[in-house]
Amino acid sequence: MSTRAPTGKLLVKLVLTAVAMFAFAIFVMPPLYNLLCEITGIGGKTKGSYEAVDVRVDTSREVVVQFIAANNAEMPWDFYPMQTRVTVHPGEPTNVEFFARNKTQSDMVGQAIPGVVPFNAADYFHKTECFCFNSQPLAAGEEAQLALTFIVDPDLPESINSLTLSYTLFDITSSVSNSVAQLQK
Amino acid sequence: MAHGPAKGIGRWLFTTNHKDIGTLYLWFSFAMFLLGGFFAMVIRAELFQPGMQLIKPEFFNQMTTMHGLVMVFGAIMPAFVGLANWMIPLMIGAPDMALPRMNNLSFWILPFAFAILTSTLFMEGGGPNFGWTFYAPLSTTYAPESVNYFIFAIHIMGASSIMGSINIIATVMNMRAPGMTYMKMPLFVWTWVITAFLLVAVMPVLAGAVTMMLMDINFGTSFFNAAGGGDPVLFQHVFWFFGHPEVYIIILPAFGVVSQIIPTFSRKPLFGYSSMVYATAAIAFLSFIVWAHHMFTVGMPIAGELYFMYATMLIAVPTGVKVFNWITTMYKGSLTFETPMLFSIAFVILFTFGGFTGLMLSVAAADTQYHDTYFVVAHFHYVMVAGAVFSGTAAIYYWLPKWCGRMYNETMGQVQFWVAFIGFNIAFMPQHFLGLAGMPRRYADYGLQFADWNMVSSIGAFIYGGAQLMLLYNVIVTIRSGAPTSEAKTWEGAEGLEWTVATPAPYHTFSTAPEVK
Repeated sequence: MSTRAPTGKLLVKLVLTAVAMFAFAIFVMPPLYNLLCEITGIGGKTKGSYEAVDVRVDTSREVVVQFIAANNAEMPWDFYPMQTRVTVHPGEPTNVEFFARNKTQSDMVGQAIPGVVPFNAADYFHKTECFCFNSQPLAAGEEAQLALTFIVDPDLPESINSLTLSYTLFDITSSVSNSVAQLQK
Repeated sequence: MAHGPAKGIGRWLFTTNHKDIGTLYLWFSFAMFLLGGFFAMVIRAELFQPGMQLIKPEFFNQMTTMHGLVMVFGAIMPAFVGLANWMIPLMIGAPDMALPRMNNLSFWILPFAFAILTSTLFMEGGGPNFGWTFYAPLSTTYAPESVNYFIFAIHIMGASSIMGSINIIATVMNMRAPGMTYMKMPLFVWTWVITAFLLVAVMPVLAGAVTMMLMDINFGTSFFNAAGGGDPVLFQHVFWFFGHPEVYIIILPAFGVVSQIIPTFSRKPLFGYSSMVYATAAIAFLSFIVWAHHMFTVGMPIAGELYFMYATMLIAVPTGVKVFNWITTMYKGSLTFETPMLFSIAFVILFTFGGFTGLMLSVAAADTQYHDTYFVVAHFHYVMVAGAVFSGTAAIYYWLPKWCGRMYNETMGQVQFWVAFIGFNIAFMPQHFLGLAGMPRRYADYGLQFADWNMVSSIGAFIYGGAQLMLLYNVIVTIRSGAPTSEAKTWEGAEGLEWTVATPAPYHTFSTAPEVK
């Protein structure tokens, strides 16, 4: 039939479309989603390590920072902030600590995932040092004080005078190939 | 004529004939319809009274999940692919589908997909229990062991749908009879070709979603796992990027069917043909940019909620064009009310009703209240069942005489219609009230204040289920002993190439292309 050749071409185009959409779903949508969340601050995701460049401290203003810690699903550790709230001046580096204890009989690795509420404050909450940048390996029965240093950006919108940083602790032991002893070196 | 069908089971296994494959699709989808309907009966039987009577909550969850999956992917979609196989070549004057061997393949992998999916119910830990939308982490971290079988089954269904769509696009673009320009194609062909493009675009996204699940579950990736830097909300975005076009994939061919039937029994040409085509294309385009209206409660910024709300409301415009065109087609027509017409009119009324509840749900502020209640269940059953299933039933009655050369019993058809129509409304109308009163969906039990309407709904569901057995009976009786008919035009008001071939439709048609004026 005379339509045979164009049918072949059409077939190739349509199959390529399907393959491209599959690739779009796996390789484009997740990074695009993360990028959008990062740009807009949706979801309260905080950024990675922050290099303090601005030393200006706005002493005229006080911001309350509250801390929440939660365990995900079946994570058995004790995990809580050593102080539930601090009052800071924007621009001033502040140290706080979280407490974690692996009360099980086996070595485990945890991973804390941060989030900030209100969402539009996420871009103004900078962590210069945080235990959440790495995993937290703890041997059986071991406990640790986990350090966090943060700066609230002086550009924080005037409407925000308190924000909440929450950590959810996940059990990632099964997906880490190194032993706890190796990780702790 | 070159030759007739082969003998025995080989005819069905190795067939490349579009009519045989259409028949296979239709029977398969009806079998799945009964299976999914059986699951629905289990659900409604458990919900007949408050408290736990018949099954355990874990099994109830598997029933709701399997009911949704089987009905969407096993019953409705293959039913319309079956109609497409049967009717598109006949409607455009083609001798067969463009890719007949692929057609055979795309059908014959389907029974395996559903065998795999259904077999999970008998596995240790049970079948999928995370809802037909399989949100992560319910479907990843907390999924039963059988989830990999579910993923594989979805992959096969997706492959089947994509092959079927490619075939339809190739057929319509390359095999139209001389003179059959795009704007002369019957609307059923138009709606299907647009649907096929939607399928090619979004079924791979569904495959991508389940592939990411597969990798999260088995290979330690963290697409949807917050512990590894992923995000469960991403799953909802990927799923609904597929899922919203999917609901139009289900309904557009149904629009096509009623756009064939209403003019026939109004004895008038379809009002506003070209506006119907453009409205269909507009709905298809809009379906890609409204997905997050399924997710108003995940914590979207206000700008996002507003955008998705207004974009969703915009869909009412092309849909309204279609509804008004159907009504205007009937206006001042010389109407008769044979069974296909009854189902089509019921489709227009009930689909419009379901469309209005959809508009209610599109209001982001109100959706916070309606979200995940029985109001949503009632809404999508009005559009899916009264939409797709009623229109599919209308199509069966409409074209059955052409397919098998025998006329169905009109009285039996009309009785079946009224039982289905009344049963359907008794089953689903009360679910609006339950939802507005706050009854959440997907629970095996409910508070005592919901007891009365749930009992009414269950009774309606049993009546509606019975109506489907009547349909099966009507079809079988028609095929075996219906009054023979050999008129090419079964309905005197019908127009189109499919009514120019002999009745029953010969095994091979349009070996020489017809001339279209």
